[in-house]
Amino acid sequence: MLLVHEFLEHSAQRLPQKVALVCGGQRFTYAALDAASNRVANALRAKGVQRGDRVVLWGPNLAEMVIAIFAVLKAGAVFVFVNDASKPHQLAQVVNNCGGKVLVTTAAKARHAAAELATLGTLELVVVVGGEEPPPASPRFLEWSQCLEHAEEGPLASGCIDRDLACLIYTSGSTGEAKGVMCAHHQVVFASASILAYLHGTEHDVVLCALPLAFDYGLYQLLMTFRSGGTLVLERSFAYPADCLQRMAEERVTGFPGVPTMFARLLPLDLSSYDLSALRYLTNTAAALPTSHIERLQQKFPGVAIYSMYGLTETKRTLYLPPEELGQRPGSVGIAIPGTEVWIENDRGERLPPHEVGELVVRGGHVMSGYWHAPEATAARFREGPLPGERVCYSGDLFRRDEHGFHYFVGRKDDILKCRGEKVAPKEVENVLHELEGVQEAVVVGVPDEVFGQAVVAVIVRTAPTLTEREVLRHCRARLEDFKVPQRVEFHEDLPKTSTGKVRRADIVLRGG
Amino acid sequence: MDHQDRRTRLRQFLATNFLLSDEPFPFADEASLLEEGVIDSTGVLELMLFLEEEFGCTITDAEATPRNLDSVGKILAFLARKVPAANAG
Repeated sequence: MLLVHEFLEHSAQRLPQKVALVCGGQRFTYAALDAASNRVANALRAKGVQRGDRVVLWGPNLAEMVIAIFAVLKAGAVFVFVNDASKPHQLAQVVNNCGGKVLVTTAAKARHAAAELATLGTLELVVVVGGEEPPPASPRFLEWSQCLEHAEEGPLASGCIDRDLACLIYTSGSTGEAKGVMCAHHQVVFASASILAYLHGTEHDVVLCALPLAFDYGLYQLLMTFRSGGTLVLERSFAYPADCLQRMAEERVTGFPGVPTMFARLLPLDLSSYDLSALRYLTNTAAALPTSHIERLQQKFPGVAIYSMYGLTETKRTLYLPPEELGQRPGSVGIAIPGTEVWIENDRGERLPPHEVGELVVRGGHVMSGYWHAPEATAARFREGPLPGERVCYSGDLFRRDEHGFHYFVGRKDDILKCRGEKVAPKEVENVLHELEGVQEAVVVGVPDEVFGQAVVAVIVRTAPTLTEREVLRHCRARLEDFKVPQRVEFHEDLPKTSTGKVRRADIVLRGG
Repeated sequence: MDHQDRRTRLRQFLATNFLLSDEPFPFADEASLLEEGVIDSTGVLELMLFLEEEFGCTITDAEATPRNLDSVGKILAFLARKVPAANAG
């Protein structure tokens, strides 16, 4: 019965002086991170955090956030990591939805979201990282440095068993409202072991992670590396690829997880001045890599294993293509991860033979516990499996498989778009567009884009002829994360409708751009 | 174009292109563009394209780092090294 924070504790016992984390120009050993997270856990406990309470983390990839994740778990609580790019009102939605008791964030973000923070009734404490000015003199605010200074360093008992929740990971639903996927300790333990098995991860691995920790793909880099006793090089972002490459060379990085937009930026670069000889594998998920990019990556990184993968937050990772298969089936995302199984069903619940398109159904210890306080959405996604009382996950994604059992992504069953690997609910963007004065009707559609997967296009019927694309984009940028902001706006005279007045999305003719 | 003109052009570009605002750029010259959320990963590419077109310089992959590009002040210092103001268009 392993718990997620024991990934850190066990590695700290086994390899105390080994560097666990390289972040922001600092190096942290396993022993140091274990002690720091004990102190923060004790401070949280002293402030009243109990087993099962939700602690929300909102910010970029910082060492403090890594420490906070393990501190929350050690205190027996549940961490909820909100994307750095999320806006204050989106943070408020998550805190309200999960009943967050504590927020850990940066000074800049606390300042930016001051108005929203004041309205959040469940929030008892805001822990502020960094910043030149002290936070407001209020019992609701605590400086991070105070957490570290005044708390005990000894371990504490979390009181958890492995059925308790470790984290909630929020994901877009088709209505646009975020839903928190409930991840219990045993599910995270299972999923991380399965992924480490096929990546052959060991304590000799050095993984460079430029993905946000709020994204489960980023989070698991941390969890898996600490589980195996390796070293995580945590980058703030992939905005400056040359910096990341420099670090990859200096730290002798062996594993690099990416998404298609990151590989698209790597491909044109001249890599000859960087010593990447330690690199053992690359992984891609979130959206499929264009076949041409796979070929160029193979040329650019000879001898490096390239993993094409597929997953959804509700089961963490689902499929992976063994690297030796990439040459023969570059469009496939492979087979079920070790210890799990998948099949393809039609709408009548019948399992389909090869080459027929249906919904991917997932069975295994990585099927998460459902959505937080959303019984209907949970019942739709997590349904009864082959054994009485067992639950399997209906992915909502359409797939086919070939006669050798390898799977190919076909599309979504619902309206959700996948842009830059992130889920975008057209409804959420349309709701934001409808708030704008001068917008009579707004529809959001996806158009294929080689690197983004899909590009988001807003089609608007305006009442105010003076409304411009720029005003629309400005309005969206203030309210939505970057990946949800339309790449393009088109103004149309009217929209095609059914006899009952519903917009026929498929019949909208875009002008292109 | 002297240093002050460059500063004005750059701040105007950041305000209109990334903040989509007609107001002046609200951040100090020392403020980190990434930390303040002014630009994201794709924004860095747009910024580089602007600098190359506007100031006639070529930015190599190795020069595209936060040390050179992550604030108005750093960009101006970088430009001053790359394209001395007297020669710039």
